[in-house]
Amino acid sequence: MQLDLVTSLYVFLLAAFIGFEVIRRVSPLLHTPLMSLTNALDAIAVVGAIILAGEGKGNLAKILGTIAIIAATSNIVGGFMITDRMLKMFKASGPRKP
Amino acid sequence: MFASENILEITYLIATALFVLSLKWLSSPVTARRGVWAGEIGMLLAIAGTLLHKGIVDYRWIAIGLVLGTIIGVPLGRVAMTAVPQRTALSHAFGALCVTLVGTAEFYIRAPHVPQFMMGVLSLEVILGALTFTGSLMAAGKLQEVLPQRPITYKGQNLVNLGLLAIAIGIGVALVLHPDKTFLFPFMVGIPLAFGVMMIIPIGGADMPTVISLLNSYAGLSAAAMGFVLGSKLLIVAGALDGASGFILSVNMSKAMNRSFTNVLFGAFGQEQVTAAGAKETRPVRSASPEEAAGILAAASKVVIVPGYGMAVAQAQHKVRELYDALTKRGVDVKFGIHPVAGRMPGHMNVLLAEADIPYDKLLEMDDINGDFPQTDVALIIGANDVTNPAAREDQSSPIYGMPILDVDKARTVMVIKRSMGAGFAGIENPLYYMDRTLMLFGDAKAFVGSIVRELSGGHG
Repeated sequence: MQLDLVTSLYVFLLAAFIGFEVIRRVSPLLHTPLMSLTNALDAIAVVGAIILAGEGKGNLAKILGTIAIIAATSNIVGGFMITDRMLKMFKASGPRKP
Repeated sequence: MFASENILEITYLIATALFVLSLKWLSSPVTARRGVWAGEIGMLLAIAGTLLHKGIVDYRWIAIGLVLGTIIGVPLGRVAMTAVPQRTALSHAFGALCVTLVGTAEFYIRAPHVPQFMMGVLSLEVILGALTFTGSLMAAGKLQEVLPQRPITYKGQNLVNLGLLAIAIGIGVALVLHPDKTFLFPFMVGIPLAFGVMMIIPIGGADMPTVISLLNSYAGLSAAAMGFVLGSKLLIVAGALDGASGFILSVNMSKAMNRSFTNVLFGAFGQEQVTAAGAKETRPVRSASPEEAAGILAAASKVVIVPGYGMAVAQAQHKVRELYDALTKRGVDVKFGIHPVAGRMPGHMNVLLAEADIPYDKLLEMDDINGDFPQTDVALIIGANDVTNPAAREDQSSPIYGMPILDVDKARTVMVIKRSMGAGFAGIENPLYYMDRTLMLFGDAKAFVGSIVRELSGGHG
């Protein structure tokens, strides 16, 4: 499926605005997990790589697509894992003994 | 057939919504883990939907890729918290690699009949992807200390770098006009690859927070460009979110280092600042032993600890936590003042201290803690230097003049744990060390904090 330029730009513009507004509210406390989480979400590029590797459009597409899947998948798996590990560590002082 | 295409689109739409929610929930530590789950579910939906895409005829390579990626990803998800900056840089490199490879394959599949608009975004995708790939690898290498950390500069460096970038963009334009000139394409990949390396060569450790943020933004933008090429709204949104996040962080970091954003954009990070270091201080400094330091801390009612990269290097965060516990038990109010660029990436100190089990509501940002220093009995600085340098506020000739700092010099007593009197990373003399109220605690951060804790718990009370 092909999008035209204008539709793509609309999507990009709106997403960028939402991104700015949402991410501005993320506390600096969590900026490291923010970076690893956005990095994991960014690895959604794997869908493009999957189609490339599976469409049967020649060897070049297959090889490059497979390497791309490896790179993106490692970001998805590693990115979500480490983000969750970091967030698990952030505890409020409530339950701690005084 | 048509129906399955619609189902796939709806799956992508749900994934898009989950991605936005994921970042929204990250705004507070209370809901943040829910954000990770939302992201994971969105990701699973999108991948599952794609695998059922009717255009896929061969699953073998996909399976191999997914399995190998998982095998590489799991250890990357389990690295020590101190290694998070280099892991992050490495993951930017992987993301950019994926984008660059897909862009390259798309070009050769379509060439020589590539529509102009598509060739334009494809060029953008490949140029950004390639320079982010090598740039991030270099950054990861420097952070892991397999590459020399000292910035390497030479005359005309910016000219060479900008020239390389200009040539790459020029080739991109040429390909837009003449997409049949496929021999140009390898150059459009190769030159940005070289540019990425050149861009990071002049970067030193203290500039890493800005650089990582910037590379994060580039990685996102290249993914968004890939979304344009593939006509995938989901990818455009994810790339735009990542790009926006990296951009916000870069602006934050450059503000916290008092650099203009254009300065950062053009990669003029590690300029030689050492020359302006001013007259050598000859005034004496006062130093103190762990016993004396423990005595002063125990008598205080309000203590602010300011950690820096030195704490991370010495792996002192767990000892700092023991100090926090020992002081809190005595009724001392202990807080942490975190400068935005402390450490090697945004939020680095918070993660290390959270790992050591220090409650996050004790970790205060610069603007929130600065008002507290005049009422603070002891400001204890562990492995931080330039972010506490009062010259940034007072001395117009100082190279860091104008940089926002933590006003530790306003505390009643200042203690600085430091290896020696050597100047900080930027090579700038810190007048803080020569104040009458300042006590220098010379030694390794971990060992010194450990001795203070022993004094506090072994002593009376």
